[in-house]
Amino acid sequence: MLTTAASHMTRRVTVLGAVLGLATLTACADDKPAATDDGTGPVTVKATDSACDLSRRDVKSGTNTFSVSNGGSKVTEFYVYADGDRVMGEVENIGPGLKRELIVELPTGKYQAVCKPGMVGDGIRGDLTVSGDATAQADEDTLLKQATESYQRYVNSQAVALEQKTTEFVTAVKAGDVAKAKALFPVSRTYWERIEPVAESFGDLDPKIDARINDVEPGTEWTGYHRIEQALWEKNTTAGMAKYADQLLTDVRMVVAKAKVVTLNPLQLANGAKELLDEVATGKVTGEEDRYSHTDLWDFEANVEGSQAAIQALRPALQKRDAALVTTLDTNFKAVFAALDKYREGDGFKPYTATEAEKKQLSQVVDGLAEPVSKVAGVIAKK
Amino acid sequence: MSEHKGISRRGLFGAAGAAVATGVAGYAAHSVLSGEEVQAADNTGPVEFHGRHQAGIVTPAQDRLHFAAFDVTTTKRDELISLLKEWTAAAALLTAGRDIGQYGAVNGPGEAPPEDTGEAVGLPPARLTLTIGFGPSLFDKRFGLAAKRPAALVDLPHFIGDDLDPERSGGDIAVQACSDDPQVAVHAIRNLARIGFGTVAVRYSQLGFGRTSSTSKAQTTPRNLFGFKDGTNNLKLEDTAKLEQQLWVQQADGPDWMVGGSYLVSRRIRMNIEIWDRTSLGEQESIIGRGKGTGAPLGKADEFDAIDFTAKKSDGTPKVPMDSHVRLAHPDFNKGAELLRRGYNFVDGSDGLGRLDAGLFFLAYQRDPRKQFIPVQQQLSRSDALNEYIVHVGSGIFACPGGVTPGGYWGDKLFA
Repeated sequence: MLTTAASHMTRRVTVLGAVLGLATLTACADDKPAATDDGTGPVTVKATDSACDLSRRDVKSGTNTFSVSNGGSKVTEFYVYADGDRVMGEVENIGPGLKRELIVELPTGKYQAVCKPGMVGDGIRGDLTVSGDATAQADEDTLLKQATESYQRYVNSQAVALEQKTTEFVTAVKAGDVAKAKALFPVSRTYWERIEPVAESFGDLDPKIDARINDVEPGTEWTGYHRIEQALWEKNTTAGMAKYADQLLTDVRMVVAKAKVVTLNPLQLANGAKELLDEVATGKVTGEEDRYSHTDLWDFEANVEGSQAAIQALRPALQKRDAALVTTLDTNFKAVFAALDKYREGDGFKPYTATEAEKKQLSQVVDGLAEPVSKVAGVIAKK
Repeated sequence: MSEHKGISRRGLFGAAGAAVATGVAGYAAHSVLSGEEVQAADNTGPVEFHGRHQAGIVTPAQDRLHFAAFDVTTTKRDELISLLKEWTAAAALLTAGRDIGQYGAVNGPGEAPPEDTGEAVGLPPARLTLTIGFGPSLFDKRFGLAAKRPAALVDLPHFIGDDLDPERSGGDIAVQACSDDPQVAVHAIRNLARIGFGTVAVRYSQLGFGRTSSTSKAQTTPRNLFGFKDGTNNLKLEDTAKLEQQLWVQQADGPDWMVGGSYLVSRRIRMNIEIWDRTSLGEQESIIGRGKGTGAPLGKADEFDAIDFTAKKSDGTPKVPMDSHVRLAHPDFNKGAELLRRGYNFVDGSDGLGRLDAGLFFLAYQRDPRKQFIPVQQQLSRSDALNEYIVHVGSGIFACPGGVTPGGYWGDKLFA
């Protein structure tokens, strides 16, 4: 059954589940109708701004390929969700007219296939049934190993998108296109913020890319996103920003290269999920992060999404050890996304100029989520 | 009738509140010039106000703080000097546990407001110390002091991550009131502020509870609001040779008016308490570099064991991590620089987001901030793992001259 979610609903996690290979980007040369399907080849997905048509909704267990073409006018994403919106696989940043493939390992069970035109909201959902031989229950060590593999793929996909979007942002800055640069600023930062703890682990790259003005020592040059942000919003110009734009892209590429080969352990996932919420609590809720553009809520949501991605990767193992905690986490993640809803506008957010009372409300739901998230590491560490 | 000056609060207490002076002469009776600090044996008695050094620096840290920074509002040098004289007289009375003024809190004429505000009536001196310092801004053109500004009284540089509130920073004059009784400390600042109306105005003030450092080997190491023992390796009053080297301004350092004095750096350090509390025990200990229970350096058993910075874990990483607070703040990694810390925990209620407005009101005395606080803090602000959990929101630096001799006043050598 297809359900079109109301547009005010939340943008959800974008973790890669058991994806076997990376989504591949190809030009959408052929645009054959999705209906032609002999039941063995890839599932064709025709995504538009209002529909998400699959060539079939019953597939065999094992490796499945989804070929997603975007015939709409908005950038879209495609997900396969397991129970509780756990992401089994995901491709994102599919521009209008583009086609991408998702290759994903799916055990027997009930799933949902979801398109997210505009990359917001609950998306356009439909059932997906996987039948065949039941898969053996994985043991906990295997589940934890799968969790890290899954999260590393997530980091990889975010890193790829980070480089793409930062390139677009930098190009706009260098072209002197203030309006386009302003539009791309929060979008490119979204991918940065989702994997911030990983990016931060690479030493001096984080301050070069993401320092705020008071993070800089006298005698050291201030560079990175916020340097350019100040010029764009305070002075409404890109003048003098070309060198910072070039430096930003160089630095981001170094982060991306490192992020693609990073290896993480389950505890790092749990701690990363916590740290992302710390970032929200200390920098985003207060409006200190993007003090010129007031695009803090983009970063806010990206941090929460990144946190959820790590938690979702750990979810099967957590479910075995502390099912009640999983329920609390699900509830409290929902509460945070719901609290953000009143600030949504178009495919993003209104400028963050909230009153103290509004900030307090956001702060409370973040604290409510951060507390159980902080317990995950202890549960994961238990033998 | 100077005999009426300085009504003993203890006397009042002993006489069950009877409104009589108890025959104690004026504060001068206690004003013995002594080369040695007179330390109260218990935490109710007085600490000698006069001496070679100001009290409240190596005095074993009391439990409570009321710190106030003042802006001088008068432009007349004479008025400022008069105030300092009046303050000095009041400070001698207050630290001796007496009411201020001729009549004190309750013995004056019914038509006049009481000279002493009265909330300390019945309370012991509670080891009150009052320590004065002069900020860089006092040395501008207003009072002809520009040429007397010590070279060491620099404007602090911006440190990475500083988010200073100007309204909680700076100040022409600072007074640190420390006592084992919070009401005694508050009473002192309140009365000094009252005396100062029209000449000075309170710029900001800070209450502190729970000393976060010990300044004597006789004291146990207290805990800060992160739950860790703080100040284990602090300079202590027993380290007399080291105090000359690290704490007290020497004749050769100059200027003359600062000899026997010390430089105070104050920092209001807000702690992200809620974030810290969600951090695992192991990570907390790695960040600090000490065990949370014992206070022992990581890899050691006892709090006062020497830190072994070379010890490695089985995976080859240092037991005391490279970005741990104890390593980066340690004299071994700061060209031997040490500080006498006597900071206090604070919780000023909660902020607009419903979080505790809490942290450490850091107070550190030293011989030369250019060689001590500044380079240490530059290193910490760059690399300290603790930076994720703190933010410096207020700052001050003050030149605290040597002690007052009987008949002298706070800053007399500066204004001479």
